[in-house]
Amino acid sequence: MTTATHDHDHAHHGPAKGITRWLYTTNHKDIGTMYLWFSFAMFLLGGTFAMVIRAELFQPGLQLVQPEFFNQMTTMHGLIMVFGAVMPAFVGLANWMIPMMIGAPDMALPRMNNLSFWILPFAFAMLASTLFMEGGAPNFGWTFYAPLSTTYAPPSVTFFIFAVHIMGASSIMGAINIVATILNMRAPGMTLMRMPLFVWTWLITAYLLIAVMPVLAGVVTMMLMDIHFGTAFFNAAGGGSPVLFQHVFWFFGHPEVYIMILPAFGIVSAIIPAFARKQLFGYSSMVYATASIAFLSFIVWAHHMFTVGIPFLGEAFFMWATMLIAVPTGVKVFNWVTTMFRGSMTFETPMLFAVCFVVLFTIGGFSGLMLAVAPADFQYHDTYFVVAHFHYVLVPGAVFSIMAAVYYWLPKWSGKMYNETLGKVHFWLSFVGVNVLFFPQHFLGLAGMPRRIPDYALQFADFNMISSIGGFLFGASQLLFLYIVVHTIVAGKPAKAKPWDGAEGLEWSVPSPAPYHTFETPPDIDKAPQLDRKEP
Amino acid sequence: MSEHRTDTERKSGGHHSVVVKSLLAVVGMLAFVFVGLVPMYNLICEWTGVTGRTTGASEVQNFVVAEDRPIKVQFLATNNADMPWEFRPMVKQVTAKPGELVQVNFYARNKTRRDMTAQAIPSLSPFESTPYFHKTECFCFNQQPLAAGEDVEMGLVFQIDPDLPDWVRTISLSYTLYDITEQQEVASAKP
Ligand code: HEM
Ligand SMILES: [Cu+2]
Repeated sequence: MTTATHDHDHAHHGPAKGITRWLYTTNHKDIGTMYLWFSFAMFLLGGTFAMVIRAELFQPGLQLVQPEFFNQMTTMHGLIMVFGAVMPAFVGLANWMIPMMIGAPDMALPRMNNLSFWILPFAFAMLASTLFMEGGAPNFGWTFYAPLSTTYAPPSVTFFIFAVHIMGASSIMGAINIVATILNMRAPGMTLMRMPLFVWTWLITAYLLIAVMPVLAGVVTMMLMDIHFGTAFFNAAGGGSPVLFQHVFWFFGHPEVYIMILPAFGIVSAIIPAFARKQLFGYSSMVYATASIAFLSFIVWAHHMFTVGIPFLGEAFFMWATMLIAVPTGVKVFNWVTTMFRGSMTFETPMLFAVCFVVLFTIGGFSGLMLAVAPADFQYHDTYFVVAHFHYVLVPGAVFSIMAAVYYWLPKWSGKMYNETLGKVHFWLSFVGVNVLFFPQHFLGLAGMPRRIPDYALQFADFNMISSIGGFLFGASQLLFLYIVVHTIVAGKPAKAKPWDGAEGLEWSVPSPAPYHTFETPPDIDKAPQLDRKEP
Repeated sequence: MSEHRTDTERKSGGHHSVVVKSLLAVVGMLAFVFVGLVPMYNLICEWTGVTGRTTGASEVQNFVVAEDRPIKVQFLATNNADMPWEFRPMVKQVTAKPGELVQVNFYARNKTRRDMTAQAIPSLSPFESTPYFHKTECFCFNQQPLAAGEDVEMGLVFQIDPDLPDWVRTISLSYTLYDITEQQEVASAKP
């Protein structure tokens, strides 16, 4: 569609050939693709570590690995999943979809885009290489509490710190790019309140990233200084405080967990209306709810620290502030359910993942509320209940939303249709796997099993074995996911420009696969029928 | 492709301003962490006494001694992780009346064959009593070097403010002793 619309400079049209296409590309679709593949590779690597963890926990006693290595596995699993799998996947989706959703020809800052992707493989290569270093990989948990990560850290901690610096730089660049794209590159007529929710949620996420990634960089820099330059930020002997570490970390960390879920809200808000064949209920309330969640996420961090000895008033404040988040979150869940209500729903794979997201994410929200009750958290803190909580919000939450997005937009990206039967098989295996894996962990936690341990008391044996079986099932199903995606790309049936009847949005107005350059001439939004949002 | 001029790029002058503002925000947040959050944390701890960390020396004050209100003051001494010294209070507990000056001693001995330097870090419980517990002299104000095998009696003089909340009957003062020999050698750590 684009070839006819402009008159000069045709030389750049196809992508370059060979490896240089990927090395030098400034095309948002290429970069989006690389982010997504990178994220999938990290998902498999982090998943492998998780398999080691679940294999060790299959039975009580020490079977496969030593406790030191077990700790390295839990640490690396968490770090790689958070920073390597979930975050880059959302950035990849943003790259692919935001320009197409707002009618822009590319991202605002294409060269920075290239840089922000290409520094990532170096960061993670550095992080992964610590596994082979003397003293082993970081073993202090993904939350790297001082003094475990300073005084008692393995020498490889310095590499960990630099890797985090690079990841932070990459995220900040990516976020700036997304803000610039959304603020400046919308096609005429694409007002802010007409933007698809995925774009809105990413705009807000990008602001969160710009605000808190420097805090992460700051806290690892303080560690670096404590370790190598004799400062004592976190060292009580020198006048510092390990509790300070936790405050600074969670001031980053809680907004970070929302960074990993807000774009998921956007994806689900695109998919549910498409398969319910109804407009999204309460568009503007979704926007305001997202913004209030983002705001609240800055004032709840100490709910991770109820047990460190906070004064009574502090406990109360952080408890109520945390519970307040349930309100805008509830608004969202209500809107999704209402969108489905009396819709003419069909359940293709993206919809299955999206509906499952709504249900299971809500379970994770409820266990979060239980943890938010400060006196109760004294009991649950640092048990498997916390592990169950955050895995419910992150796996059938964030990760399922990414899978939903892949199934939903893969026809647009590749021009091919995935195999619906296989997609459904993948969904059901993942669904069963994830619940068998994480649901029993609630019981383990309530019964008192601590997190991050390689061995446990006998009474926890049954639930751990069930959980491990679920884990292996879930892990294996993701190989099927890989197969489905590859099979689609090489042998899928051609997809229509708009493979989903009910889908809305500019991305469906371009052919499938999306041409290398789209919207070089901005589309006329007012004539695009898909965007008739009946809202004020 | 940058030579393309389409309608949508007409706002690209705006990119510059987005980038500049965002970078300012990034630098601002970094600065906030180092010169905002950290001092703020220390100030809040000092004001509220949350961590139970008593700070600097106070002057001896002329309080009216509250004869009818004996407060039990208990002393604890702990060695941090690898600290090999012997370290203990010479009395485990005293009864102090608010307003009076009380002196106690702690004993430390360097059991090793090398010269070492230690730093004691105090913590008070319940933390609400921190602002009312005035130390006029304390070994924790200074680093304590001890040659191999040497020992020392270290003094603490304190005064409890009669404004101490009524519900406080017992105060526990604990000291953790840290080995700071290495930090001493690397740089002079600021206590
Ligand atoms: C209604 C919403 C939520 C509430 C009330 C809530 C509350 C909490 C609380 C109180 C804890 C601390 C538990 C403890 O350590 O004792 C916690 C931990 C955690 N939450 Fe949530 N949460 C909510 C949603 C989310 C979401 C959406 C995510 C991420 C997508 C998330 C990710 C996490 C993670 C990763 C941890 C554990 C961090 C760690 O210690 O390793 N939570 N949550
Ligand atoms: Cu949190």
